[in-house]
Amino acid sequence: MAKKVLLCGNEAIAEAAIQSGCRYYYGYPITPQNEISAYMAYRMPQVDGTFIQAESELAAINMVYGTSATGKRVMTSSSSPGISLKQEGISYLAGSELPAVIINVMRAGPGLGNITPSQADYFQATRGGGHGDYRTIVLAPASVQESADLTKRAFVLADRYRMPVMMLLDGMQGQMREPVVIDELKETESFDKSWALTGCKGRKPNIARSLYLDVDALPDLNERLQKQYADIAKRETDVELYKTDDADLIIVAYGTPARMCRTIIDKFRKQGVKLGLLRPITLWPFPYDVLEKTADHAQEYLVVEWSAGQLIEDVRLALGKSKPIHFHGVIGGRLMKISEIETKLDSIIANMGARI
Amino acid sequence: MTTYTVPEILNEARTHYCAGCGHGILHRLVAEVIDEMGQRESAIGVAPVGCAVIAYEYLNFDMSEAAHGRAPAVATGIKRSLPDRLVFTYQGDGDLLAIGCTELVHAANRGENITIFFANNNVYGMTGGQMAPTTLDGQKTLTTPYGRDPKDVGHPIDAIKLLQNFDNVVYLARGILTSPKEIMKTKRYIRQALEIQQQGKGFSMVEVISQCPTYWRMTPVNALKHIEETVINQFPTGIFKEL
Repeated sequence: MAKKVLLCGNEAIAEAAIQSGCRYYYGYPITPQNEISAYMAYRMPQVDGTFIQAESELAAINMVYGTSATGKRVMTSSSSPGISLKQEGISYLAGSELPAVIINVMRAGPGLGNITPSQADYFQATRGGGHGDYRTIVLAPASVQESADLTKRAFVLADRYRMPVMMLLDGMQGQMREPVVIDELKETESFDKSWALTGCKGRKPNIARSLYLDVDALPDLNERLQKQYADIAKRETDVELYKTDDADLIIVAYGTPARMCRTIIDKFRKQGVKLGLLRPITLWPFPYDVLEKTADHAQEYLVVEWSAGQLIEDVRLALGKSKPIHFHGVIGGRLMKISEIETKLDSIIANMGARI
Repeated sequence: MTTYTVPEILNEARTHYCAGCGHGILHRLVAEVIDEMGQRESAIGVAPVGCAVIAYEYLNFDMSEAAHGRAPAVATGIKRSLPDRLVFTYQGDGDLLAIGCTELVHAANRGENITIFFANNNVYGMTGGQMAPTTLDGQKTLTTPYGRDPKDVGHPIDAIKLLQNFDNVVYLARGILTSPKEIMKTKRYIRQALEIQQQGKGFSMVEVISQCPTYWRMTPVNALKHIEETVINQFPTGIFKEL
């Protein structure tokens, strides 16, 4: 049993990667995720692993491609502008059916934006991000402990489905320090790595590729990928429901805003308001069905996010026009306050009362 | 009399290269050398984006593709994972010296223990004959219809000069494929580079001037003459670094 240590989210992710058997990390400096590469530069030599500070995000993600093609667990991390640069490589990983873990500790954009926390890369993360019809599994932790736990899950999912898996955090989660316990990943399944490039001794050559010039070959790949995505949506969707069973009003939020809302829910419950929180843990696949089911009893919804409104589009896809969906978004460059969420809730609740 | 057979390492596929292209010869040289070294089962190659994009259809061992220009980064990721395998990239002039210049320079400076085979034909072939970083001064291409003007777009980039001063670069050579004699010389460079990698010495590159009759708008024979009379003045042959 590992002992409890005090780490920031970025460090917890890095240690969790080590504990998941990841021995290859390639990164390029960008705030607010620099603790990951600093931790890896210190830690990798201790476990006979490889750390390279790459010359660019492009180089880093392609080093990931190379190591992944040899069948080893590998990770890279960056923040929003850097993740945009990695998108080409992520698309190639998806097309070549190669596993990898990619961390995005989001900062505010567009463009260079600034280093304040943000959730404005939701569209990019959940819709594929690069070119082509592909998805990455997107995991969204809401605490340092969960950042570590989901990192371990990310490696397993990447191997299980042979695809890139993204961890999506806002900058505050990367920086925030909390006590955390990071055990070694207990492997419960074995993964077929017969596709890996290892030298063709005793077998036919393996090729890592996403180029398919034959008329039928590319549609075949795409159909295989789409079937897999449907399967993942069935098997891997994850969501936390906090006091939603009897809720009249449900907040939908992830990451740091979800944590803020959890505090608010306890406070409002004490005042007799039936308030609940639905927190998607997988942003893709999104928990459409679970959200839709809450509409059996919930009257109204509030989406709270650190963007101009991206998560809300998935909430609308789940609920359609069946219920009022309110929105509280704080846009890039500004911090979110608990008091402003409370004010928003007060006005919603007052109007709900008026309608009753 | 010598009988030439297809080495085990070369698939018996009909290549997609144009008539008179140098890629077929260079593929064969790389394949022959790896065969002769007995390394087919430990070789891992990285194909570029460009004319040689489907080199893995012709070479019968483990291969990876790479996004345009990123082959040295992909090869880095492979070699760091499997240090005892023979890892090389096969890249053209646009891939290596335009879009992939950063990856080349940094892989070389780190002294990644990989080998780069650089097919330099002074032109973008796959996309229809545009100017490459190595297009000669005055050379006409689709995008230099009046000839390359060095005042406007600079002179051709010499990859060997670019890398020569990095301490961790241990082997640099340039060959041509214009006659059996030159082909055998180029083959020796390829062998030396791969042996240096086997010894774990560091980064090696063999540049090969590859004829492109199609986009040089020449007959294959004239393309060979063009290399011997003109191209080697800009890109001379020989071993430029050996540590």
